[in-house]
Amino acid sequence: MTAPDNSPHSDETRRPAHEAATLEFRSATKRYPGQEEAAVDGLSLTVPAGEILVLVGPSGCGKTTAMRMVNRMIEITEGDILLDGRSVLDRSPHELRRQIGYVIQQIGLFPHMTVADNVAVVPRLLGWDRERTNARVRELLELVSLDGETGERYPTQLSGGQRQRVGVARALAADPPLMLMDEPFGAIDPINRERLQNEFLRLQGELRKTIVFVTHDIDEAIKMGDKIAVLRTGGKLAQYASPAELLMYPADEFIEDFVGADRALKRLALQRVRDIDLWRAATVRAGEPTEEARRKVADADLEIPLLVDEQGRPQGWLSERGMAGERVRPELRSRAEPTVELDDVLRDALADLIESEVHYSPVVDAEGCVAGVLSLEVISQTLQIPPGQVRTGPDLVGPGDEKVAGSAGASR
Amino acid sequence: MSALALPLAQLDIRSRRGGTCLSEDGFCPDWIVDNLDRYVQPLLEHLYLTVISVTVGFAISFALALLAHRSGWLTAPVSALTSVLYTIPSIALFLMLVPITGLTALTAIIALVAYTQVFLFRNIINGLVNVPEETKDAARGMGLTERQVLWRVEMPLAVPEILAGLRIATTSTVNLATLAFFAGAGGLGAQIFQDITFRSNVVVAGGLAILLAAVFDLLILGGQRLATPWRRAAAT
Repeated sequence: MTAPDNSPHSDETRRPAHEAATLEFRSATKRYPGQEEAAVDGLSLTVPAGEILVLVGPSGCGKTTAMRMVNRMIEITEGDILLDGRSVLDRSPHELRRQIGYVIQQIGLFPHMTVADNVAVVPRLLGWDRERTNARVRELLELVSLDGETGERYPTQLSGGQRQRVGVARALAADPPLMLMDEPFGAIDPINRERLQNEFLRLQGELRKTIVFVTHDIDEAIKMGDKIAVLRTGGKLAQYASPAELLMYPADEFIEDFVGADRALKRLALQRVRDIDLWRAATVRAGEPTEEARRKVADADLEIPLLVDEQGRPQGWLSERGMAGERVRPELRSRAEPTVELDDVLRDALADLIESEVHYSPVVDAEGCVAGVLSLEVISQTLQIPPGQVRTGPDLVGPGDEKVAGSAGASR
Repeated sequence: MSALALPLAQLDIRSRRGGTCLSEDGFCPDWIVDNLDRYVQPLLEHLYLTVISVTVGFAISFALALLAHRSGWLTAPVSALTSVLYTIPSIALFLMLVPITGLTALTAIIALVAYTQVFLFRNIINGLVNVPEETKDAARGMGLTERQVLWRVEMPLAVPEILAGLRIATTSTVNLATLAFFAGAGGLGAQIFQDITFRSNVVVAGGLAILLAAVFDLLILGGQRLATPWRRAAAT
């Protein structure tokens, strides 16, 4: 399992991450001459291959510096950074950089080159032949949802979102095992940013690159990161954790402040319906003996039986009269609306409940069959995590969470 | 190339005095048609002075700009020097050089080259400096070497400004070369001053100089459009 479940990372058919590299910071430090405080101070952390590390923190915390040390746009003063166990210092900077995708906030497309030529820069540097390069360019433009004609255009003819996609395609051109992204969506308007973020997560679900992602926006960090490294002024690592862990167990006051007072609510965006303990529903079919239905109700967490069709799809909440006879009659007190899907994040599910003015609603799986019932009570229980106690959803445990899981006993 | 005339020597080029137009120093189309061949040699001299001076001037300023771009600190002093050079009155510079290099085309070319620097050096260096920082950062981050950044990114993006400088430098050189006869280098200026009171002469010789400047300007402009397709794309 990879950590947070806000992203499509958790699909079972995970491809082997042989295209991705493990990234390790070993006391990586950057000092500028004449400055007392280090820009990055002894940063040590390991990013497993295929995961997104988000570097986040207030301005001046050294997050961009830390990222730029990886491809030696900024040289390391002390310590080391290892890419798949090999120091980034043992090859020339330009050789190193050709193996690392690079996306910056302003994208920095070359205005004098067509989109296709922009994407082809690194393959050409690497000496790919024309045929292979052209094929790769076509493949990449398709991957980032740009049509073939876009290849002939110049960057000035593109919208901000299109430029951003070209920037990502260009960084992916030579299929690098590692990507560095410095506030890649920072210059995009909020609506398009959200779309690009989702698109990128979908892409990452397929590509599984190791990614270092810099942002100052904690919400973006929580959304994008498998791991989040919060840096504080002076380039010190304040906490390195999965998004869920960061929200539930902020290491200190600084993190608490930085994460925000609404961290409980933020967790709603991290957890999916499938991750929490749902109420069991008494699912009954029309024509079923009422006695059996009553037995089911006794076992369920909810007194009202849920009428389902032959396939197990929810029809509605059964009324008293439906249970009055020998056999269950399809008499509904209300329709089963809204229905929530197992893959919905809790925030969206909660929004559905509130919007429909109901306290609970059936949860369905991918086939549309009832998987349980989600209620406001279930959600509120999920959010109540007294200090020292542990999570409600088992899937919140990501690699690296062991230290927390070990120190605190699971309780429910 | 030879010095056709002593500076300021006023020669009577009107060999066939007769009609009232000629006697009144007027604008005489018939005379112009009959005497066009007089202007071929001065025009070629003018063309020669311009092309050589701008070419040499460009080579020098290009090298200086590359040096300054790499070093960083050279830009200001070189810029200042080119400005100072440009403030020297051209006739004074021509005459100052005559004792050293004689009454030759070389004298004129040295002076003309010096005057091109102010436009060429500044525009080349500005063109390079104005390349957006994020473009260079992206280029380096993708693994281009410093040399590749210069020739594949900075230089192509500087082309519009470089060619703009070249246009001004060329126009200015055509203009200044009309005084090159002070250095004994001939040109259309020599032709003008041979009979500066004869309107037909002044109009034809002056007109040719203007035409020459215009043709150069259009050529470079055309070249710029060919060399920078992305700028046209931006306008559409």
